[in-house]
Amino acid sequence: MLYREAGQFKTSYSADQAMLTIPLDRWFVFALAAFAIVGVPLLASEYLMVSILLPVLILSIAALGLNILTGYCGQLSLGTGAFMAAGAYLAYKIATNITWLPIWVVIPLAGLCAAAIGIAFGLPSLRIKGFYLAVATLAAQFFLLWLFVKVPWFVNDSISGVPPAPPRTVFGFQVTGAAAGDEAKYLFVLAFVIALAWIARNLARSRIGRSWMAIRDMDIAAELVGIRPLPTKLSAFAISSFYCGVAGALWAMCYINSVEPTAFDINRSFQVLFMVIVGGLGSVLGSFLGAAFIFLLPIFLNSAPGWFGYSVASDTITHIEFMLFGVLIIFFLIVEPHGLARLWQIAKEKLRLWPFPY
Amino acid sequence: MTRPGDILLSVKDISLRFGGVRALTDVSFDIHEGEIFAIIGPNGAGKSSMLNCINGFYHPQEGTITFKGAQRRQMRPHEAAAQGISRTFQNIALFKGMTTLENVMTGRMLKMRASLAEQALYIGRGRREEIEHREKVEEVIDFLEIQSIRKTPVGRLPYGLQKRVELARALAAEPELLLLDEPMAGMNVEEKEDMCRFVLSTNHELGTTIALIEHDMGVVMDLSDRVVVLDYGKKLAEGTPDEVRGNQDVIDAYLGVSHD
Repeated sequence: MLYREAGQFKTSYSADQAMLTIPLDRWFVFALAAFAIVGVPLLASEYLMVSILLPVLILSIAALGLNILTGYCGQLSLGTGAFMAAGAYLAYKIATNITWLPIWVVIPLAGLCAAAIGIAFGLPSLRIKGFYLAVATLAAQFFLLWLFVKVPWFVNDSISGVPPAPPRTVFGFQVTGAAAGDEAKYLFVLAFVIALAWIARNLARSRIGRSWMAIRDMDIAAELVGIRPLPTKLSAFAISSFYCGVAGALWAMCYINSVEPTAFDINRSFQVLFMVIVGGLGSVLGSFLGAAFIFLLPIFLNSAPGWFGYSVASDTITHIEFMLFGVLIIFFLIVEPHGLARLWQIAKEKLRLWPFPY
Repeated sequence: MTRPGDILLSVKDISLRFGGVRALTDVSFDIHEGEIFAIIGPNGAGKSSMLNCINGFYHPQEGTITFKGAQRRQMRPHEAAAQGISRTFQNIALFKGMTTLENVMTGRMLKMRASLAEQALYIGRGRREEIEHREKVEEVIDFLEIQSIRKTPVGRLPYGLQKRVELARALAAEPELLLLDEPMAGMNVEEKEDMCRFVLSTNHELGTTIALIEHDMGVVMDLSDRVVVLDYGKKLAEGTPDEVRGNQDVIDAYLGVSHD
């Protein structure tokens, strides 16, 4: 039973429109999901699960969100960090004020609040495009962060301004706060990742996804087929901000265990943007590849010299990291704007013909 | 071969100015149901501006446009689409990053009703609509013989095929009035013949009313039931191809007049 794409015939449109049309692909994704749910908590070390998989998964959600806005709808945004912060602060506010509300409701609710804020900051997108829109979203980044730091209401007048995440449970297992178990946290985040990735794929292949891509590719023609630009762009802003808000809430509640503004500064916005560019604009798979790549590269650079018995000063490593990132971004923008996801596709196309050149 | 039909679109005394430039001056004509109507004229005569007015891209300062009995002055392009006006562009306006199939599916955009939740979860109407409209889209794909490029991103397609995909997208909306802005521009003879065949069979088999702009006079004279000639934003002549061909004003506009 070899993996091949030829000869996989479909006899109905519903089969042709399935998310994964090749059975082996489908089985692979199911197996991967099953392994992530069952295998990883049993086998993985605490370090791998909490320090690597958890942040990568959460950042994947943020990257998915930005990919919806930038990759699918073509609206450049530098406000990802702010929308994540909105999710984090509002999740904290909701969780601490409506204590009976289960945490798996609180986090999507915080996402909805972030979506509303995203709509407000998406309004200029009808008039301005490209870099100018990026600057307008930059305003969101600075304004929202300033607001959350300046107004103590958001953190219930906490004196330090950096309140710890409230401990909450799902099915009796604590999933948020510092005392939560690693497996519980990981599975809680994973549930969001799987659901949101599946929804992103569904949106991308439905009417709304096509209208985003139409706006991205040629807005005049989009209007011609009956797509109204403003609601379409705002829906992309809303859904993108929802994803970012959920990611921010999870980041604060499950990963850093506190609600602090520095976690959502402009560097976070750029980090997520790099993930989307390197991973692949307009690709769900790319969001995951990009998040893993950008997050793991510094860790790899830090530990790689140690494997070969060298010791390199940590500031040198930081410098190398900056240089490598710069080179990578330029490389991907010039050579492969569709990122790792496209490279993966090209590799598959080449392998299909291998060993013949064409 | 003028076929009698009710008036589908009536353009009355349209004037369009861009600052001091008068793009159109008091242009009036009627397009009847089921006919192929050509708008011709030298470069800069205001042909594309006329289509843009009908389509809602431009808003004429004076005059009215009556479509299906409903009079209007101002309209957005998506409202025109909702009323049953589709069009193609002179320089192709396809969604380059999407496949042929996705491009043609966007033509069905206005007929889809699924809510956001149904689309997000791909259940109920969300799923059903995708399949129903896919069937309609496949009919159009068969009709225009572009089955083999169904899953190809349109950015990779050659020019002639892109034009055909654009026509497919317009047809997928099942328009009552189809506006074609130079559908044969830049094509070789073979591609032109194909395109003529598609335009004619759209008109004959689907009964779509077509208004087209074209510079190839052979094509215009063969295809169209009636022709209107514009020059410098004014209407020079209107009538059957033969009438227009014999009109002295038209000959002067195209060939020039000696001033001695």
